[in-house]
This record gives sequence, C-alpha cells and structure tokens, in this order.
Amino acid sequence: MASALINVPAKAKRGDIIEIKTLMSHIMETGYRHTTAGEVVPRDIITSFTCRFNGSEIFRTDLFPAISANPFITFFTTATESGKFEFEWTGDQGFSETASASITVE
Amino acid sequence: MRFAGAIAAVLLIAGSAFAAEIPQADRRSGYDFMKPDTRAMQDEDTANPGMLWVLDGEGLWKRKAGTANKTCADCHDDARTSMKGVAARYPSFDKSTGRPIDLEQRINSCRTSQQQATPLPFESRGLLALTAFIARQSQGVRIETGADPQLAPFIAKGRELYVQRQGQLNLSCANCHDDSWDKRLAGSAITQGHPTGYPLYRLEWQSLGSLQRRLRACITGIRAQAYDYGAPELVELELYLMSRARGMAMEAPAVRP
Repeated sequence: MASALINVPAKAKRGDIIEIKTLMSHIMETGYRHTTAGEVVPRDIITSFTCRFNGSEIFRTDLFPAISANPFITFFTTATESGKFEFEWTGDQGFSETASASITVE
Repeated sequence: MRFAGAIAAVLLIAGSAFAAEIPQADRRSGYDFMKPDTRAMQDEDTANPGMLWVLDGEGLWKRKAGTANKTCADCHDDARTSMKGVAARYPSFDKSTGRPIDLEQRINSCRTSQQQATPLPFESRGLLALTAFIARQSQGVRIETGADPQLAPFIAKGRELYVQRQGQLNLSCANCHDDSWDKRLAGSAITQGHPTGYPLYRLEWQSLGSLQRRLRACITGIRAQAYDYGAPELVELELYLMSRARGMAMEAPAVRP
C-alpha cells in the first residue's frame, strides 16, 4: 500500500521560485536492528529520489539508513514553462514508485 | 497546637484527595505544547505523514471484503458525509455487548457481522488506515463522547483507573496529566493527555498508532503491567479521557513528537 503525497503549486508566474514537497510512504528499515531472536532485520530503505521536469532531471538525492520512515523531501526550483514534474523513488528489495504533478506557468 | 493541627489537616487533604481536574478554560491540546515545525507538519495535509494512512483507508473503504462481498461504502456511502462527527462520539455504547467500544472495535465488529470478514489485528496497517480515514472526517468537530447516559458507570470506572496509583513508580495518570502538565519530563512537555488526534503519527514511533498503543506505552512507563489490546480497562480509560476532552476539536490524524 505504498503511496505518495505531492505538493506542487498548480499555477506560477514565469521566474517565480516555487517549492516542491514530496512525502513517500516507506518504513526505512535501517538494517541495524535485531529481532528478539537475535536475527538482523534486513535493510529496506529508499536509496534514491529523482525529479524530472519535462523529461530533464532537475533534482536528485541519495538516501541513507539514518533517514526517518516516510521521507519528506522538499526543494525549490524556478518556474520556467508549463509542464509536468515526474518523481521517482527507488530502493532496496526492488522498491520503485513514481508520481507526477503538472504546473501551468503564465 | 491548633495551628499545627490545621497544617496536619491540610496535608492530609492534599495527600488523600484526588488532584483537582483541569478547569475547562485551561484545557489545552497536545498541539499547543509542540514546536512550530511539528505543528506545520500536522497542519499541511501534504506534509502530514498520517495522511498516508488516510489515503490507504480511503482505498479500503471502497474495497470489497469478506464472504458478504460488501464494501464499507455499500452501506455507509460517502464517508465524507456519513462519517462526519462519528469519531468525535467514540468510544460509544454497544447495545449487543452492553459495554463501551472504541472506533477500532466498531470497525472490526462491522467487519465480522456485516462483511463476514476476519477482524483486523490491533495496530495493523489496515485497521489503523480505516480508523484514520474515518477519524479524518471529524477533523475540527467538537468531541461529544459520553453524552449517552448508559456510559456513565464506565466513565466512572475509567476515572477510577485514571487516579489509581500503580506500577513500581506508584504513579497515577493524574499525577502527571492533571497535576504536572505545565512541567517537563526528561526535556519533553508532559501535556494534559487529551486524546484529540488519534490515531496519530508519532515521530518517535515513525508510524501511526492508536490511543491504546499510547496508553500501553504510558502504563509501561510507570512500570506497571500494561493491559492487552482491546481490554475493557483500556476502553474505559479511552472513554474517560475522551469525555474529559469533551468540547475540544478533533485533530486526527494529528502529529506528535
């Protein structure tokens, strides 16, 4: 039941600095914890997050075990033209999720 | 001599009498004790991780379950109207068992009797998601729990538990949450213990959790034996706390440190 919450302004003026906010559902298991029986709980984290705007990459970050569950990633960009933001999260155990949001620039 | 006697009498009263309840005007939600950045997380739906469970719950609301092959929506339609204000009345009186039941138990009783599905385990993703989705529909609604007169004896039992000293630390809930809510414990605000935002996302848990989980953690904290999930004592405690918060606004899904 993975899901993402995305906050991108629907409209902006050309040249405006806009904030993009993303929240992805993920347990971010560090790989350093043990069960009561002493077995290691295998690492299960998101390792990479990418944002593309109209096909070209505008933001990328690597994630590590110290990052909390349900990572909240925000960044700023300049509104240049109307188009579509595409977000991609990839991680351990074949985790791969995408989401998108559109913006109209006037 | 008379003066010393008077002091002794005052000390006796202070020692035996229960802590004074918090006056209505001084009641504060846990939200008021939080830092601005934690408040901001709760205030914005796209920053509040509790909304991930609400989204999941919306999906479950529309999904068929059990041998009856019915969805929640088949009976209750659009939760936005049918479930508005419902969570603000729970725990409520259940006629079939003659006892109060909380929202989680109501969902499971609906699952077993109407959908003929297996009940969802306490603190499972599915049960938390459905509870969060239903509670979300009451955001901003004033808490009304305890209006039903049939609940009165159970509220009284809950209050008894609330003021009962227990555990190795020999503390009652009231010792902290009525007497010392304006103080701090190990750097954290103690708060008044009004359950206005459950199920809520605790940063410490890295997850959404129920009021029963919170109560069990508190009971373990005073080094007493915690009641099992679904125990009548926990429900009575939930009931007392919700009736104590009557008139305060629902915040679910809240965020707490």
